[in-house]
Amino acid sequence: MNSALLVVVFIVAITLVAAALFLAGIMSPRSFNPQKGEPYECGIPTHGESWMQFKVGYYLFAILFLMFDVEAVFLFPWAVIVRDLGIAGLMNILFFLLILILGLAYAWKKGALEWK
Amino acid sequence: MFDFSVVTHWIDNLLLSIMPRSCALFIEFILIGVALLLAYAVIALVLIYVERKVCAFFQCRLGPNRVGPYGTIQSIADMFKMLIKELISINHVDKFLFRLAPYIVIMASMLSFACLPFAKGLHVLDFNIGIFFLLAVSSIGVLGILLAGWSSNNKYSLIGAMRSGAQMISYELSIGLSIMTVVIFAGTMQISQIVEAQRDGWFLFTGHIPAFIAMIIYLVAGTAETNRGPFDLPEAESELTAGYHTEFSGIQFGFFYLAEYLNLFIVSAVAAVLFLGGWMPFHISGWTSFNEIMDYIPSIIWFIGKVGIMMFIIMWFKWTFPRLRIDQLLKLEWKYLLPLNLVNLLIMVLIVIFSLHF
Repeated sequence: MNSALLVVVFIVAITLVAAALFLAGIMSPRSFNPQKGEPYECGIPTHGESWMQFKVGYYLFAILFLMFDVEAVFLFPWAVIVRDLGIAGLMNILFFLLILILGLAYAWKKGALEWK
Repeated sequence: MFDFSVVTHWIDNLLLSIMPRSCALFIEFILIGVALLLAYAVIALVLIYVERKVCAFFQCRLGPNRVGPYGTIQSIADMFKMLIKELISINHVDKFLFRLAPYIVIMASMLSFACLPFAKGLHVLDFNIGIFFLLAVSSIGVLGILLAGWSSNNKYSLIGAMRSGAQMISYELSIGLSIMTVVIFAGTMQISQIVEAQRDGWFLFTGHIPAFIAMIIYLVAGTAETNRGPFDLPEAESELTAGYHTEFSGIQFGFFYLAEYLNLFIVSAVAAVLFLGGWMPFHISGWTSFNEIMDYIPSIIWFIGKVGIMMFIIMWFKWTFPRLRIDQLLKLEWKYLLPLNLVNLLIMVLIVIFSLHF
């Protein structure tokens, strides 16, 4: 039942966008002007394409994010049954956390968390 | 307290009595879809009006007051204005990704919107991994924003999208860990059970200090997640014109606008569910008559009221703090919130294991 509802919600979202685009297509005016198609960069003529190499700092944070987000995914199942596992579970997960915190400390010390 | 599952069961039985099971299911799905769409649109329209009014009052202005009494139908007029604007097709965009981006953004916000429990028995999706599912689908939104910025072939859009990506994925961690703090305390991920577990006291009160810290972290990270307030770098209008949706016009821009406001609602609603008990009335153990009076207030009003308070706090952030720089933003997350969150999580685990809570 729940997974069928998931599909329903999915279809509703797509319908909303498609229907609104269709309505706008009917109601909106259309005109052509070569200047209109230019990217809007505050009236200054654009230089080249913007699909270019980009600052590497963003990717560094993306990699760090990947590490910690996967960690969060691993922690969630444990979080549900903390009460039942008790101390033994905590000890195991502490070891896991320790490795990750070491990773964060390493990134911190290497200056990966600085924005340059 | 009124249970909305009575209504849904009544509709279910009514449909089953006059037609076969598959037809009934089909009609129910259509009803759910229409209800969801209506709730989504109405909440967005109301929110846009409220945001503009609140923003105006913070700045000692009157805000929209021309269209309808006190400007109440201003946002509907705006919606129609957006529908009749031309959809400008730019020369150099990546057409497929450009068209795809609004779908992804709306899909992410719609899927997470469907997970919210609006009242007792009134929710669309209620998985046993509910809150985790919500976390997962709400992070799809960042993909849509990155696509929008990348496909526009505009430098401002690209910078806006990259900033938005870095910011949203960073603060995703804090949201995840503060939700995990509550999951540890509640012992379940199903949203209806998390609400049910707060029958005798909201987690903000029963959860000791860790729940309180988690709530503050959640609110800060949630504000960053919705690209609002002091964290509105991706669309900093004084430097990037409009950020990732600079090139979108008419209703295509409207989708991003809609999703942004709905994300504000979703973040506040999740805060209300996790820390303020969702639709659960305010109870004080021992005060029987007081609790009975509180039970008379319908659960949907409790939910909307709590969400309203949370949204007001997030709007308040926006008009109180100046915008952060990108390095300050990342420093706040990685050097302050994340270590604090990990320590907070461990304290919560200790409290739960040694059952030090009330």
